Amino acid sequence: MQMARVVGTVVATQKNRTFEGAKLLLVQPLTLDDQARGTALLAIDTLGAGVHEKVLIVMEGRAAGEALGRTLAPVDAAVVGIIDTVDVVQE
Amino acid sequence: MQLAKVIGDVVITRKDENLTGIALLVVQPIGADGAASGRALVAVDSVGAGVGETVFVVRGKEAMFPWYPTEVPADAGIVGIVDRWDIG
Repeated sequence: MQMARVVGTVVATQKNRTFEGAKLLLVQPLTLDDQARGTALLAIDTLGAGVHEKVLIVMEGRAAGEALGRTLAPVDAAVVGIIDTVDVVQE
Repeated sequence: MQLAKVIGDVVITRKDENLTGIALLVVQPIGADGAASGRALVAVDSVGAGVGETVFVVRGKEAMFPWYPTEVPADAGIVGIVDRWDIG
């Protein structure tokens, strides 16, 4: 799983029907020190995450489908948690 | 999934039979700012997208799910057409 910041929302009318009712968020993966890493991607959200929130995302098809709760959904990323805090002990 | 711009299409005559009737489009991944990011790729299209449209693309075997139970040999698929996206 990866930590990411929600940076936006996506509106799509014409889409695979398994997406209906699900929210699509644009999320920016982060490094441990909260720096943007790589390109922003789209993740399905069923938890109600908002813009600017830090979230935990899965980036694998089966896990994302599980998070959406629908079988055969063509998804590869989903929000599975909203992060309160992260503590990393630097050796 | 990734945001991408449809920049072309691909015509192939001799192909895996499970690709019959499926449109193949060339898509350029873009970032949240709309700028191209990374290499263009070919994706199967299940939503009727056209050149110039912004879409979102799923990677991996999930790309074949719209045609289930047909096992389409694809690793990237267009699964939605983006009306707009808003940056917070």
